[in-house]
Amino acid sequence: MIRVANAQLWVHDQEEALEFWGKKVGFEVRADITMPELGGFRWLTVGAPGQDDFSIALLAIPGPPVMDENTKKQVENLMAKGFAGSVFLNTDDVQAAYEELKGRGVEFTEAPSERPYGIDSEFRDPSGNTIRLGKPTV
Amino acid sequence: MAFVPPARHLLRAKDFVDARYSEQIEVADMAGAAGLSKAHFSREFRRTFGESPHHYLLTRRLERAAALLRMTDWTVGEICVSVGLSSVGSFTPSFKHAFQETPTEYRTKQPSAALAARVPSCVLRTYLRPQTARFKKTPS
Repeated sequence: MIRVANAQLWVHDQEEALEFWGKKVGFEVRADITMPELGGFRWLTVGAPGQDDFSIALLAIPGPPVMDENTKKQVENLMAKGFAGSVFLNTDDVQAAYEELKGRGVEFTEAPSERPYGIDSEFRDPSGNTIRLGKPTV
Repeated sequence: MAFVPPARHLLRAKDFVDARYSEQIEVADMAGAAGLSKAHFSREFRRTFGESPHHYLLTRRLERAAALLRMTDWTVGEICVSVGLSSVGSFTPSFKHAFQETPTEYRTKQPSAALAARVPSCVLRTYLRPQTARFKKTPS
């Protein structure tokens, strides 16, 4: 049976992303290994405590020689506009999570609000990726 | 007001530990999460879950430390701090008591964390390609 294992987000700075997802969002590190023999590639993943079989890979944009400069710029531009990708998170109490994360300095672009499908909110990570945080009721 | 079983309050303390073990929390904080006095909380926690709250908190931290030893290249000191413990001097004997090996011994016996890294193919193709080999043109 095929199951989802990882989602991936590009990040400008993996150390900054680790601090954000760990200290502010409350996720735990699942893997963090740097491979000098692969140009310093760092496999960094974080996940929600208790949800052991899924994690988010926080990857740095590689640049040359893996990605040419033009492509790297395109990815960075997409990130700057908030269109590089997203993950959708669920929680039992969106309002409480919103207040707790906001208190820790998370930048919310949308406070929790009622939608046809439930309650939803949105925040950004330091790289500008949009993250939805909600509670579907349908 | 609806009746809330006492175990529900105790479960809040467990959830509190599972979410915040990496912080400098202690049994008194767990009791606070359950809304009980420390003495009453400790008694009821042990009676309900079969272990002391201190044991639950410590083993949660040690389990996470073991995972980080397997899956990261962080130093033992960094791992100790990241799971909410402040002293490598007490972390090491606690770890050995639980796993019968020191953190370093435990890590040495595990497969390298690099083996589990899902390296993108574009990275592998770039860095594993021979850089200096010269190949003679095969005569047609």
